[in-house]
Amino acid sequence: MIVQMTENRHPLDDEVVRFDAVMRHYTVGNEIVRALDGISFSIRRGAYCAIMGPSGSGKSTMLNILGCLDRPSSGAYWLNGKNVAEMDDNALSDHRLRNLGFVFQSFHLIPQLTVSENIEVPMFYLGLPHAERRRKAEMLADRVGISHRLRHLPSELSGGQRQRVAVARALANDPAVLLADEPTGNLDSATSIQIMGLFQELYEQGKTVVLVTHEPDIAAYAKANIVLKDGRVLSITGKEGVM
Amino acid sequence: MNQILHFWPFIKLGLTDVWRHKARSFLTMLGVVFGVGSVIAMLAVGEGASQQALDSIKRLGSENIMVTSVKPSSEDGASTGAQRGRLAVYGLLYDDEVRIRETVPGVVVTVPARMTRRNARVNERQLEMRVVETVPEWFDVVQRPVLAGRVLTANDMRMRSNVCVLTEYGVRRLLAAEGILGQHIRIASGVFEVAGIVKNETGGAVRAPDSEADAYIPLTTGTRLFGEANIRYSAGGMEGEKVELSEIIVKMADTKKVEAGSKAIEAVLTRFHKKKDFRIDVPLTLLREAERTKRTYNIVLGAIAGISLLVGGIGIMNIMLASVTERTKEIGIRRAIGARRSRIVIQFLINTCVLSIGGGIVGLLLGVAIPFLITVFTDMPTVVQPYSLILAFGISVGIGIIFGLYPAMRAAELDPIEALRHE
Repeated sequence: MIVQMTENRHPLDDEVVRFDAVMRHYTVGNEIVRALDGISFSIRRGAYCAIMGPSGSGKSTMLNILGCLDRPSSGAYWLNGKNVAEMDDNALSDHRLRNLGFVFQSFHLIPQLTVSENIEVPMFYLGLPHAERRRKAEMLADRVGISHRLRHLPSELSGGQRQRVAVARALANDPAVLLADEPTGNLDSATSIQIMGLFQELYEQGKTVVLVTHEPDIAAYAKANIVLKDGRVLSITGKEGVM
Repeated sequence: MNQILHFWPFIKLGLTDVWRHKARSFLTMLGVVFGVGSVIAMLAVGEGASQQALDSIKRLGSENIMVTSVKPSSEDGASTGAQRGRLAVYGLLYDDEVRIRETVPGVVVTVPARMTRRNARVNERQLEMRVVETVPEWFDVVQRPVLAGRVLTANDMRMRSNVCVLTEYGVRRLLAAEGILGQHIRIASGVFEVAGIVKNETGGAVRAPDSEADAYIPLTTGTRLFGEANIRYSAGGMEGEKVELSEIIVKMADTKKVEAGSKAIEAVLTRFHKKKDFRIDVPLTLLREAERTKRTYNIVLGAIAGISLLVGGIGIMNIMLASVTERTKEIGIRRAIGARRSRIVIQFLINTCVLSIGGGIVGLLLGVAIPFLITVFTDMPTVVQPYSLILAFGISVGIGIIFGLYPAMRAAELDPIEALRHE
């Protein structure tokens, strides 16, 4: 089952992510690099999906576009019913704020802020009042099992704890998609299992989870795999929620 | 209020950031501290000096014209009076006073005075005083608070009495703690009873008619005792000068007549004086000049202060640019989470404003303290004007915004993908 070319149409209600013939070209010197060369697929709400591929397969470019940090050169990317390709910088920022929860390989917590403050950052940009931010941060910390460390700085936590904080922060604005980039890349295997367990829980609670990884072990946790190669979709397996 | 609440988290963020880099923030602030401090201090010193100058000019009286005898620059050629031996004869005459009073329109009163320096003595205590031989109207024209006793009267003039009025300063030097009024002091060849004491007015950039140890005696008494020639004997022989009047103070009916009056006086005197042996000072003109000088002074001070503030601002900008580089990753994280560019701009602007306003507040205190210390230690008057505080504070906020804008824009323009990759 290779690429499914679908006609360019508005996504269905439960299609939370939809790529329509997405291309992303870079010009390096005189050469055009086709990082993504016509990719189409869609992910249903509540799916647990991994995007895989070796380095050079277009995985990073895919992540940037999925994360609304970059826009396709052509084609359409629909996230939660809105076409990202048509957005300006402010709209894109707002879209990230409301619809995406990022979890990074190296955690990317703000070192000067406490755990609670880190979790509050997205809510702060959303304009929630202080008391509500506090309350929600406590709730989220409880959900990822880090509530005993709310007043600590990230530097005082272990890698696994930091990633839990990052997950809590990603969940802060109740995003449509939880997007994790090699979430266990900096963790030992025991901690990795715990973090993957956390994603599993979130999936069971109904969250849409998208993992981007090159490790088959990690991808195995997901219910569906999209494999990239040379900027194209090589295969889609599992099919649960993905097409 | 809502806006302040909205920005409060950013302000808190800025404050914690400044606090985290205490030493760096402090050094950065110093530029603004000294800039703002020097603006306030310089304005205060300048204002103090010019107010003092203006005050002393105003004390001369804005309706007054001062005509003063001056020694002509060259003694040879035709001179006003005869030149006998080495006796220099020049200056204003009794007739000049009458001429001015009778011919110049708008004159209210003319006050003649002759000023000489003579030795005064009480027992063994000695002091060289300026002896002002004048008329009672002097005290109407040159107003001084009377501390004790009385000033000269018409009766003193008529009787040619040996009475004198001393300035506070002269009294302190000469009489010390002894009973003052009614004391007798010897001035040159005469013995005078102290009739009153007036307050001294010291200091000031402009020559005041009485700024030292003065003894006022009736003009008639002076003429009777000392004559009009002031002769000093020295090893080389005798040297002296004959001046009938050292000064005539002309009081006009109002300030509008002063300018025309001074021209008329000049015309009258020029007709009767072959040489230019007098000078006419108009306090009103001096006042205008002083005000012009003050403006120039303010411009120069403003330029100096402006440069120091500019240097302070550049210091802040420099640090903020370094801070943007240092916090590239944080900016990337915030952008990835969903912060708009404008939020990043605000965050960095508030950060610079915290620095510049903090510096501004410390500078404000410094700017108030320096003039205070100057006044305490040097007796120089200083005036800290409220507007200069508001100005300085406004400038420090302005500097934060102006010099913070560029680093903030740089921060906001960072590509979030690149910024996240930054180590």
